[in-house]
Amino acid sequence: MFRIGGGIHSFHFIGIAAFVFVLIFSLWLLVTANNWVKPIFLPGPIDVWNRLSELAASGDLVDDILISCYRIAIGFTLATVLAVPIGVMIGAYRAWEAAVEPLTDFVRYMPVVAFVPLTILWAGTDDVQKFLIIWIGTFFQQVLLVMDNTKRVPLDVVDIGRTLGMKDRSILARIIFPAAAPGIWDSMRISLGWAWTWVVLAELVAATSGLGYRITTAQRFFQTDTIIGYILVLGTLGLITDQMMKFLGRRMFRYAESRR
Amino acid sequence: MSEAKLQIRGLTKVFKTRREEILALDNVDLDIADNEFVTLVGTSGCGKSTLLSIVAGLQHETSGDVHVDGEAVRGPGRDRGVVFQAYTLFPWLTARKNVEFALRDEELSRAERTEKANELLALVGLEKFADAHPNELSGGMQQRVAIARALSYKPQILLMDEPFGALDALTRQLMQELLTEVWEQHRLTVLFVTHDVEEAVYISDRVIVMTNRPGRIKAEIKVDLPRPRRYEMVGSPEFGALYSEVLESIREESLEIEQLGSTL
Repeated sequence: MFRIGGGIHSFHFIGIAAFVFVLIFSLWLLVTANNWVKPIFLPGPIDVWNRLSELAASGDLVDDILISCYRIAIGFTLATVLAVPIGVMIGAYRAWEAAVEPLTDFVRYMPVVAFVPLTILWAGTDDVQKFLIIWIGTFFQQVLLVMDNTKRVPLDVVDIGRTLGMKDRSILARIIFPAAAPGIWDSMRISLGWAWTWVVLAELVAATSGLGYRITTAQRFFQTDTIIGYILVLGTLGLITDQMMKFLGRRMFRYAESRR
Repeated sequence: MSEAKLQIRGLTKVFKTRREEILALDNVDLDIADNEFVTLVGTSGCGKSTLLSIVAGLQHETSGDVHVDGEAVRGPGRDRGVVFQAYTLFPWLTARKNVEFALRDEELSRAERTEKANELLALVGLEKFADAHPNELSGGMQQRVAIARALSYKPQILLMDEPFGALDALTRQLMQELLTEVWEQHRLTVLFVTHDVEEAVYISDRVIVMTNRPGRIKAEIKVDLPRPRRYEMVGSPEFGALYSEVLESIREESLEIEQLGSTL
């Protein structure tokens, strides 16, 4: 088990992972049950659970989740729809790469956080501003990831298309895109994780609804239990979307798994 | 003009890097007759793959020209089928769909296309694996599908760039036998690149040995072994003599590259 590159039984793997979760949870329980930390800084798991149950019962939790999901859905879709074709183009053509890649690389290093005030000036504080922040945070990263996925398509496969007498456009659509698709899907899965960060950021700063908004209001009233509960909810939502993407990816790209 | 199927005249290729110009092919002349199986052998980097790539139309010559059936080659085309060393099947398509893919532009109904693909897969002994994806096929099977795909649209010339180079020695042997058998039944002009001397002698009508870079034609050895070729021939004195002749010619080039001339 403790050998570089050594194998491990899946039973053991799950056991170790579960153990770490249980350990951290027990520590949390231990520290709070003995009042070693004031509840205003760290409420116990039971308080957090009760608080979440209240918010769920009142419908607030579901509303918050739905509005944040809606913002991600729109912002992320707008980013993806543009990033995939652009990424494929700059991955396939050096001239397009020269036009887009250095600029994208430059923008990518501008902190998304710094765009928040600007987007508020531009778009106000309604949903459009949230879409914009999610878009800025994911689009530029996606373009570069998709470019990389496209560049990984072996040139020999493209050459086969040429020897079959295919035109460039047809090679792009029928060879390069499907060949890069499993990688592109994986890039989308990774960037969807970031989208969760950006939606919460946008909602923390200026919003009247959403998971991030609930967290800032909770801070104002020292409702630490709400804050911790929502952070856990966010983690769970992120995990669920990631697993969903993984599952769909495995269904769609079964052929990409190596079996021999 | 002669009636050579493939005619190469004064073919020269220079690769320009920032620092230097590398002469990869130097004034190569080569004629291949209709339905002839010709193998190019040479050390790594001798330009044999570059030559094949130019004939395929995937690279441009610096000077000289290539004619197929008297027509100058300008870019790739369906008159020349290509099989590479690397696995180039489309992983998202089944074996049958991979072959059908090559037939998309032909005026065939869907059923005809499928039937043709099935025929070709049967030709390479893979009818049972028609619905398998490449990740379910061994390397040898994948190359057989690639051969079926390249043959499907009936090119005038088949160009093969070390197609069995990535396979283990035993699979390689089986592939050579299979290719020979297929070729003997359905004659076709083939230009085959390899550095495996036994492979070259076993499958071809004529072996062309190339020099180290800059690639020139060094020797031409006619393989007059009877057809159909059988694997047992490899042990025959006739085979041995041809094998030695080709090997001797290439060995000089290898010794020169490895700078071992004085030691061995």
